[in-house]
Amino acid sequence: MFAAAGCQDSGGGNTGSTAAAGCGGKIAIFGAFTGDNAGLVIPSLNGAKLAIKQHNAANADCQITLQEFDTQGDAAQATPIASQVAGDPSFLGVIGGHFSGESDATMPVYEAAGLAMVSPSATRTDLTAKGNKSFFRVVGNDGTQAGAVSTYLKSQNAAKVFMIDDGSAYGAGITAELEKNLGTSLAGKDKIQEKQAQFDATISKIKAAQADFVFYGGYTREAAPLVRQMRAAGVQAKFVGPDGLYDPAFPQGAQSGAEGAIITCPCLPAAKAGGTFSADYEKEYKIAPGSYGAEGFDGAMIYIDAFKAGKKSRADILAFVKAYDKQGVSKYIKFAENGDVDPTKVVIWSYQVKGTTFEPLQELKLS
Amino acid sequence: MNFDELIGQFGQHTVNGLSKGAIYALIALGYTLVYGVLRLINFAHSEVFMVGTFAVFGTWTAMGLQNNPPLGTAIIALVVGLIVGAVASGGTALAIERVAYRPLRKKNAPPLVFLITAIGVSLVLVEVFGVLLPKLFGDSGFTMSTLFSRPRQLLGMPTVLEHKNLFTIGDTSVTNVQAIVFVSAMLMMFALDRFINKTRYGRGVRAVAQNPETAALMGVNQERVIMLIFVLGGAMAGAAALLWNMRFGVTQNTIGFVLGLKAFTAAVLGGIGNLRGALVGGLFLGLVEVYGATLFSSQWEDVIAFVVLVVVLMFRPTGLLGESLGRARA
Repeated sequence: MFAAAGCQDSGGGNTGSTAAAGCGGKIAIFGAFTGDNAGLVIPSLNGAKLAIKQHNAANADCQITLQEFDTQGDAAQATPIASQVAGDPSFLGVIGGHFSGESDATMPVYEAAGLAMVSPSATRTDLTAKGNKSFFRVVGNDGTQAGAVSTYLKSQNAAKVFMIDDGSAYGAGITAELEKNLGTSLAGKDKIQEKQAQFDATISKIKAAQADFVFYGGYTREAAPLVRQMRAAGVQAKFVGPDGLYDPAFPQGAQSGAEGAIITCPCLPAAKAGGTFSADYEKEYKIAPGSYGAEGFDGAMIYIDAFKAGKKSRADILAFVKAYDKQGVSKYIKFAENGDVDPTKVVIWSYQVKGTTFEPLQELKLS
Repeated sequence: MNFDELIGQFGQHTVNGLSKGAIYALIALGYTLVYGVLRLINFAHSEVFMVGTFAVFGTWTAMGLQNNPPLGTAIIALVVGLIVGAVASGGTALAIERVAYRPLRKKNAPPLVFLITAIGVSLVLVEVFGVLLPKLFGDSGFTMSTLFSRPRQLLGMPTVLEHKNLFTIGDTSVTNVQAIVFVSAMLMMFALDRFINKTRYGRGVRAVAQNPETAALMGVNQERVIMLIFVLGGAMAGAAALLWNMRFGVTQNTIGFVLGLKAFTAAVLGGIGNLRGALVGGLFLGLVEVYGATLFSSQWEDVIAFVVLVVVLMFRPTGLLGESLGRARA
């Protein structure tokens, strides 16, 4: 820490976006570290912290500082943070956003400041379709994930699928992608609102549609009470949700209601991650890495490699990230022109809720 | 527009709406009592409810309650929960009155100051339960600390009563939990109505609501009446918290916000300051929301609720049953 502070001091006198002389520098990470859906994001934060800690311990002469900014997953809170980070020349790179909404809102700010963004978990498809030059993600997008969900549903011979989404950038996005693939098996749909807690009307619709599968596009905050009330009302349809529900708060909030629910995630089961990541993480945090722990680690590793390669300005680091081409712990990382990770390297897994844990089921083949 | 669904399942939607509205009505009583006597909109009341949900959850955690316990245990959990919830919420409401409102009243502060204070108190309580308590107790290792292990996140609690079909009429089924929520809310409101209209304390409350100066001249202790209405409103919110936990089994530091807003709407809809108005407004709002969500989609639920409020107020500016707590003794 002291070394890092010293580094910053020596860089303080410089103008423009160059920072510390010598190796090292400062990066920002932002996301929902508290709030409704923090359980989904904390592993990524921990993964990034772990990477930086390991690096700093091994390289006394090249200290990297990681500063956390909590957005609670809210685009309105992420925007002022983006202006703050962009306006502080000592920040050389950004890990985040973790959700699609906050990423979408802050991408133009970081792009204008020439800061690279590496997102471990923002999956909405069109984030990379806007011609933004500084946004990269080490995770597959929802188009790919929706394809995998539809493959899963077909493999289960789902005849009547009821779709619900929360109207959020992420939830509505992935549900729309899935709808394209469903065809005649779509039995009905409903939209709920964020922060909603009572779902009688939606549940009546599910019952009326006699659905055998319910797909929910959204996050834990609404999904946990929804699935719980569904089960209490006697709906037996299988519950399927995307990576937004890969959050320990989901089975906790739904209690036994979430039992057997299927969660898809473009994130690797901990045991499949490369190197010693999984063991290191468990040693550090006394808990297995959940969603996106490996992706957070990879995001930090990209910047660590950039500093190691002697990059010291925002522009150099952005160019370095763009050209990155290396095996990470979650997957092989190489970005396409639009900032998406190479689609052939994306893996999507299905998990099943058992008690309060997510058990890896199988890798879903992409359609 | 899904008329088939609404008409085909009309009975079911009505049952759902009534059990939803019963909880709104119980919370609405707190707004209406305070407004009736003090002409103050106590926006911190939503957090009084939130504290109640946490208190009940804490009680159940301390009891080591598991999912779907045997009936005897469930009844004990509900009764103890009701007492603890009512005491915790009533106590919180009283504390808010003493700490925040009484000093202002002593200085004859203008109404806007009360309003801003109420919002401030509300935010303080939300953050205390969302951040401060988790920081203090989050990893202290006590049984109760699981309540605070996830800052600002949704917490699930065990299911006390398994939802079972109680009876079915045609296509309409009523579950045991829906019946308990509705019946117990009605009983509590009936008891409160009797208390205000028939007892000596209730006469004091009505007297202060009608004319504080004359009531004081007649020997009514105004401060005591004010404490009484905060405690009564808080206790009703605590009971609502128990019913909420029993029916939905989740809470969060921000759980009160939307519910409080809805309950306030229900109070205004029925005629704020009027106890029976709170009941009518709550049930009406619950029905409108469920019908509306069925006709359009759940996303439109709030829009429909507030459009109905605006339309009703256009024709009856003082709400369905009119405003005065003092005069409502039909």
